[in-house]
Amino acid sequence: MTAITTAAPVAAETSRNLTRTLLIGLLLVAAALPFLVGKSGFISNFTFLQLSLMIVYAIAVLGLNLLTGFNGQISLGHGAFFAVGAYTAAILIEHYGVNYWLTLPAAALICFVIGYLFGLPALRLEGHYLALATFGLAIAVPQMLKYKHLEPLTNGVMGINLLKPDAPFGLPLSGDQWMYLVVLVVAVAMFWMARNLLNSRPGRAMVAIRDHTLAAGTMGIDTSRYKATVFGISALYVGVAGALHAIIFEFVSPDSFRFELSIAILVGAVVGGVASLPGAVIGGIFVQFIEKYADAMTKKLTQAIHLPLELQPWTLYGITLIVLIYVMPGGIAGGLAALWARLRRHKGG
Amino acid sequence: MEQLIQQIASGLASGAIYALVALALVMIFTATDHLNFAQGEMAMFSTYICWQFIQWGFPFWPALGFTILFSFLLGVAIERVILRPLHNASVLSIVVVFIGLLAIFHSLAGGIWSHTIKNFPSPFPNVTFAGSGYIGAHQIGMILVSLLMLFALFAFFRFTPLGLAMRAAAQNPVSARLVGVKVDWMLALGWGLAAAVGAVAGAMVAPVVYLEPNMMASILLYGFAGALVGGISNPAGAVFGGFLVGVLENLVAYFGNLTEKTFGIYIVGNGEKLTVALIIVITILTLKPAGLFGRTTVRRV
Repeated sequence: MTAITTAAPVAAETSRNLTRTLLIGLLLVAAALPFLVGKSGFISNFTFLQLSLMIVYAIAVLGLNLLTGFNGQISLGHGAFFAVGAYTAAILIEHYGVNYWLTLPAAALICFVIGYLFGLPALRLEGHYLALATFGLAIAVPQMLKYKHLEPLTNGVMGINLLKPDAPFGLPLSGDQWMYLVVLVVAVAMFWMARNLLNSRPGRAMVAIRDHTLAAGTMGIDTSRYKATVFGISALYVGVAGALHAIIFEFVSPDSFRFELSIAILVGAVVGGVASLPGAVIGGIFVQFIEKYADAMTKKLTQAIHLPLELQPWTLYGITLIVLIYVMPGGIAGGLAALWARLRRHKGG
Repeated sequence: MEQLIQQIASGLASGAIYALVALALVMIFTATDHLNFAQGEMAMFSTYICWQFIQWGFPFWPALGFTILFSFLLGVAIERVILRPLHNASVLSIVVVFIGLLAIFHSLAGGIWSHTIKNFPSPFPNVTFAGSGYIGAHQIGMILVSLLMLFALFAFFRFTPLGLAMRAAAQNPVSARLVGVKVDWMLALGWGLAAAVGAVAGAMVAPVVYLEPNMMASILLYGFAGALVGGISNPAGAVFGGFLVGVLENLVAYFGNLTEKTFGIYIVGNGEKLTVALIIVITILTLKPAGLFGRTTVRRV
């Protein structure tokens, strides 16, 4: 008996160390990738763009996870903050000639303020009502971006075209490869900050509010201030993702930020697992994967089962959502964790 | 002045549609405490069914009858098959399932009938009459059909045993079950009725906004606004709210136009319709969450 009780923490410790080593190794390989490949074309620039987009969506999904998974507030409108971040970056670069990396803190700040302000009235709402308010926001945002008085800045329906920045210091990298590195570094920083936040006192307060708002309030947590702040932080994450998206995609327009985008972020969060940091990465990969391959996949599927009508990617989105809620409410990350726990118990017992 | 009356009249006409959508939302909300985000897409899908029947050569009204029946069954099926197992699930799960349904209906409609905009026939004859300078025949028809639906539903809930059972199931499920009401089926029935009402709303508004998969998104938002203004737990209030929001929407556009003409300053126009709806929704939710006629519920902890 004693042997087992002392062995367990040691095993947990080694397993944590192993995970950390693996993670750092993986990140180093990911960071070295553009240098190893160089201009050989072994991995095309287009693939690097795809990878960057995956990471960008992972940051956005992480933002929603902080709000929904760890603070229990539902948002159907995070595409709106993505749009604000993207437009902030695009406008600063296009009209004010600001260096692209300076637009990231600017987008973060603006989105935090807007998110906080939106969170103030929203904090009186919960559950369905908050979902409704944010649903409205998501639907209205493309119209707001076309507002006549904003046109000198936003360029209306036409949107803004940007140029991808080149690699600095004469590094032997293409623009796509360089931006991939930038996005990777930003993402690592954002995930690291999120992890530290969650492990801190405010982080535990966030989770307490999710689990039982009233009890958390009784324990002396200022629930409304926390909720609004978390809304702001969540918007900040999504805003940075939006800014990065604008820079690597080199284009923003009102119609790239329709309701579909908010749904995509939500789907990513649910698929990955709402209360999980690795889940956000899985979610980001899923969103980009679906966006890229769903068309081809649904076409193949339609032919394979001889459906008389043409399936569309959104049908897959919808079915995935509903099925996941039934079989894996914790998302892929939650499902894997449960599977792992069951295997361990099996081996131990 | 004449223009103002015209705007109010057409506001009432679109308000009739918002009232129907609001009513459908309230029906599901009172029975299950859920806001159905898929309501608009379900109505849009039903409208396509109606269009298909008309394409097959059915006259308008029988086609609408089939559609109502189909939508009713669809609503019942969705409740029984998809939502019943999630009886005790968290709000997030329910909202996600609604978004999933929304995505499925939206894409199915696009896949089956393509995304191109279609004309939808108006069932009302295009005649001129006394007030026709102010309001079109279709708009009058929209208002009449909506009012008819509202009275039929009112009579159903007020005077039939089934309607009474449904109200009982919504208000106090436990006691209703004790006196022998099949509460589960009442919820499914509520979903069916809501889907049927949505189908009528879709078929009435389609001649105005044209038939396409996106046609209900903004109407749903206005329906929500109407339901909230009147009080999401109060059917009559929701209907009133729907009309009010419809008129308000047109007045905002009218006065926006007026300020642009007189002062040369553009503030709001048709391009900001959705923003106006959003502002209404958020204002009501923050200042008076129970709406004008809703009851404030006190929760015991």
